[in-house]
Amino acid sequence: MKKDPTLAILTAASLILLAIGPVLPRWAMFLINVSLCYGIVVLGMMLLMRTGVVSFGHGLYYCLGAYASGTIDQVYKISDMSVMLLAAVLVTALASAALGLLLRKYRDIFFAMLSLAFSMILYGLLVKTSALGSSDGFNITASKIAGITVAGTAGDRYVRYALTVVCAFLAGLFMHKYVNSHMGRLALAIRDNELRVEYMGASVSNVIHVNYVISAVLAGIGGALVAIAVGHIDPEMAYWTTSGEFVFVGILSGTGSILAPFLGAFIFETIRSFAYEYSPNTWQLALGITMLMVIMFLPGGLWSLFMRKRKAA
Amino acid sequence: MAIVLEARGLNKRFGAVAAASNINVAVEQDAIVGLIGSNGAGKTTFINMVTGYLKPSSGTITFGGRDITALSPREITRLGICRSFQIPQLFNTLSVYDNLLVGVGIVVSGARGWAQVTERAGTPADTVNSMLERFKLTDYRDKLAGVLPEGIRKLLDIAMAMVVKPKVLLLDEPTSGVSAEEKYSLMDMVMEAVRAQKVTVLFVEHDMEIVTRYTQRVLAFYEGRIIADGLPAVVLSGSEVRKYVTGETLHATAGANHVAH
Repeated sequence: MKKDPTLAILTAASLILLAIGPVLPRWAMFLINVSLCYGIVVLGMMLLMRTGVVSFGHGLYYCLGAYASGTIDQVYKISDMSVMLLAAVLVTALASAALGLLLRKYRDIFFAMLSLAFSMILYGLLVKTSALGSSDGFNITASKIAGITVAGTAGDRYVRYALTVVCAFLAGLFMHKYVNSHMGRLALAIRDNELRVEYMGASVSNVIHVNYVISAVLAGIGGALVAIAVGHIDPEMAYWTTSGEFVFVGILSGTGSILAPFLGAFIFETIRSFAYEYSPNTWQLALGITMLMVIMFLPGGLWSLFMRKRKAA
Repeated sequence: MAIVLEARGLNKRFGAVAAASNINVAVEQDAIVGLIGSNGAGKTTFINMVTGYLKPSSGTITFGGRDITALSPREITRLGICRSFQIPQLFNTLSVYDNLLVGVGIVVSGARGWAQVTERAGTPADTVNSMLERFKLTDYRDKLAGVLPEGIRKLLDIAMAMVVKPKVLLLDEPTSGVSAEEKYSLMDMVMEAVRAQKVTVLFVEHDMEIVTRYTQRVLAFYEGRIIADGLPAVVLSGSEVRKYVTGETLHATAGANHVAH
């Protein structure tokens, strides 16, 4: 049996990204940072897809994570990035555990649309909440990490970038262990045949609920990291188009490996950035054509290219 | 022998159709019971009610003295009643090995405790490997379940029910779709496995040779009722069973009419 190189690739890629960070141009560092944040969110989406459900409302947790960390920073004046991330984890875990009680009963389009409805409720609430900046949102300082002030120092950007790389590595490591565990196999079994899973004695609803909470927490971490990287948050993070982008990247990536979401997110961000740079009025066209190509020629996502090569080898 | 499974006054109606009418059955531990009857007689409805897929309109089902009538399929499975399906219910995108490993994982992860998995085999992988050997599935270990031939799908379906350590196993037409040459070897394997694990078995079957060879007791169903219950030789020679189940009397009558005309 061939040895799975996923962990080695994940570790090597993380070390390389940490090593080249200081010499990267600012735009490239930002592009990679935001791509990794998206990758963490899509990693959670991938887990849901492997369980046979698709959320069209993960912008909810992406936004909730960002606002939880932003509120800690601006309202409670705790600007430590580690505390901000912890707040994002706690808030998204609690929110998804509660909403999951309802969502676990639904499948297919009903699951997708109900999750979308929740995200639009949050969007509506935030737009109307002047204390949180309404539709403009608010800025975030995130000036410290583990008690050490980094804001205004020469290494400020690199620290935020490195924090994302480390979080992406840990998220990838966790997900690799998880999808290769009993729960990971059970997710695929549920996608294939819910009836049989119940007749083997496992609760399909419980597994979907647990995976929903995990994916929501990952989306929350992604949102908090984007808030820390960009320094600004607004209700658009919960808008349905943001959730649609996560689904887009999920399909673009494929569910074959935990590395796929990071690759897919990087390609997505790169196409978006350059398309927006060179064709600001029609940049969506480039994304649309990309999606069309992937669905037509790589229905298993970009990662299926690597799978084909491995099988051929 | 102790009664392990009992149905009392079981009724199930689908609108005007009575799929089960006053079913009263007590099954002893370690028994091998055949359920026979023509299509629509109520055999699968009975299995579906025992395993919680259908709730009876009235009546009770007890397992080991505990009322399980209102329990879900998952809860009933956890108590020890497992089933296979007429159309195999597999995880088609997983390998044969992983199909079984899912079941072992469910047991290990707390459904019924680690001890019951480890008492015979050691580790989950050992349990799966011994099941593969027992059902002669080792050659198909890494094949995806979705591409298996029908006979192997049937075997895997039954192995998946066995891997979660049942006390009572219900098999819905285990030899349907299996070639005439393979069906006896399939049943031999299944019977060897159930004897080794001391499992009580109820199975739906249309092949009377299989019923005669492998069962100690037969329940004959007709229009939702049990019309005969007893030793295979006695039940199969009964006039009602010959008329409504095996169709022998009907064929004989039809033949006589044909000659008369």
